[in-house]
Amino acid sequence: MLKYDIVVVGGGPAGLAAAIEAKKNGVDNILVIERDRELGGILQQCIHNGFGLHVFKEELTGPEYAEKFITELKNMGIEYKLDTMALEIGEERVIHAINTVDGFMRIKAGAIILSMGCRERTRGAISIPGTRPAGVFTAGTAQRFVNMEGYMVGKRVVILGSGDIGLIMARRMTLEGAKVLAVAELMPFSGGLTRNIVQCLEDYHIPLYLSHTLMEIKGKDRVEGVVIAEVDKNRKPIPGTEKHYDCDTLLLSVGLIPENEISKNAGIALDPVTSGPIVNESMETSIEGVFACGNVVHVHDLVDFVTAESKRAGKNAARYIKKEIKADAKTAKTKPGEGIRYIVPHMVRPENVDGTLDLFMRVDNVYKDMNMIVKLDGKEIKRMKKKHLAPGEMESVKIKKEDLGFGEDAVITVQLEKEGA
Amino acid sequence: MEKHQLVCIVCPMGCYLEVTKENEEYNVTGNKCPRGKAYGMKELTNPTRVVTTTVKIKGGLLNRLPVKTKEAIPKEKIFECMKFIDSIEVKAPISVGDIIVKDLLGTGVDLVASRSM
Ligand SMILES: Cc1cc2nc3c(=O)[nH]c(=O)nc-3n(C[C@H](O)[C@H](O)[C@H](O)COP(=O)(O)OP(=O)(O)OC[C@H]3O[C@@H](n4cnc5c(N)ncnc54)[C@H](O)[C@@H]3O)c2cc1C
Ligand code: SF4
Repeated sequence: MLKYDIVVVGGGPAGLAAAIEAKKNGVDNILVIERDRELGGILQQCIHNGFGLHVFKEELTGPEYAEKFITELKNMGIEYKLDTMALEIGEERVIHAINTVDGFMRIKAGAIILSMGCRERTRGAISIPGTRPAGVFTAGTAQRFVNMEGYMVGKRVVILGSGDIGLIMARRMTLEGAKVLAVAELMPFSGGLTRNIVQCLEDYHIPLYLSHTLMEIKGKDRVEGVVIAEVDKNRKPIPGTEKHYDCDTLLLSVGLIPENEISKNAGIALDPVTSGPIVNESMETSIEGVFACGNVVHVHDLVDFVTAESKRAGKNAARYIKKEIKADAKTAKTKPGEGIRYIVPHMVRPENVDGTLDLFMRVDNVYKDMNMIVKLDGKEIKRMKKKHLAPGEMESVKIKKEDLGFGEDAVITVQLEKEGA
Repeated sequence: MEKHQLVCIVCPMGCYLEVTKENEEYNVTGNKCPRGKAYGMKELTNPTRVVTTTVKIKGGLLNRLPVKTKEAIPKEKIFECMKFIDSIEVKAPISVGDIIVKDLLGTGVDLVASRSM
């Protein structure tokens, strides 16, 4: 059996940052397992810019951002295995993995960091009616085809869902000479960043239909057209509002799901709202010594946040190996209040917080001019003014360790309140 | 006085800007940082964008090499540049930052590789 102090599952930006940070914190014997043919994860196909403004103070493309971390990992001499799939995490942190060179492997890890990222929801996940022709792709699959493999996926395109990947693909397909006819979004607001609506749709005069859904896909062998219609408050289609489009391609950008099959089988507790593991301030899951970071925990819109969170996971995995984490310290739960959908981390042991505690959350609707209020057992400990809040844009709050003094079974809530209310 | 509502696209904060023009003087509000002010004025006078795309590559791990314009180019030149970039083919090995095209179509901006391959 192979033996490592820390094994990182997934070599995307989360896994890379975690491995590098663990090494910087004094753990030498680290292995990164990646199922793809190269490191870097999803970033390798995200060739647009906008990455790294927080971390590097410059605007990088996905591959540039990834390359900085890959180079650092290699320079530090951290081991990695490509084309290698982690299959299972068994008892006592033994990982089962497989590749074509080593065959089946059992790897004993002192600590594990899960960073498998997320996957896109597919047609099956949203039960689209109609025939099953070729020409229906998730936006991310199309992105990989166009940007890495060099295949154009269609000429006349309709996009369902207005998540960032869909918006970015609307621009990408347009630049490559396709005609993007429309983007249809079920909700009354977009799921993507406002800057992407501006620079990916408005720049190219691509119409965005909010409160619209897909009614039908036409075509037998290849997509020949789609029908979209407006929906009412209950998201039911309104008869008579149908629009027909002649197109050969439908791209789906209808959400991401953290990739947690391995975590589930290992018995790690998951949060039904995020679909990711329940974690504490150290990014440790419900199984001791198993940490998680990046999109496997909750879907991040900015890789900079992924990097920050993953550094925390890497550092704490190293502290775990060095027995520096206090497992039985006093614990508070975090609880989303009015207007907040979820908070990560779910549990906080102040004794293990170093400097500040960062809470990450998403709101449940679009809001203007609100106060975001953090309370500890009902007592306000922080208040921030927010001009604009949207579910597509992750929010964060920093709380000083000194402000976290509490007794047993404390609760930290974050809630929204109308300004002036 | 002219009034324009814009969303700043310089960083993911996406600040809502209001740009007013009075006697050729631009005034920007709503920006959280100076870059937003510069963007607001530029967007109304000479809008530019960084273009990211790919070129064909021979002998690399992948079929396409991602590239970007090193600086923003005028918005109305984007399609012309895309057409030109389409005709380019490079050979591996390439390092991130290598110049693929110097002074892309007279814009004064270079096209550079955005990864090594
Ligand atoms: C299609 C798509 C486009 C995106 N575009 C953007 C964008 O433009 N800007 C932005 O900031 N964010 C974007 N995101 C979000 C982006 O995923 C994060 O910013 C960041 O890449 C997440 O990093 P990660 O390491 O958590 O996940 P990933 O980058 O997804 O990396 C996870 C890695 O784990 C590997 N893996 C998974 N399971 C196993 C296993 N069992 N064994 C071995 N290896 C495994 C995968 O192959 C992958 O390399 C996008 C996400 C997707 C899905
Ligand atoms: S004004 Fe500054 S902070 Fe606001 S979006 Fe523009 S660059 Fe970002």
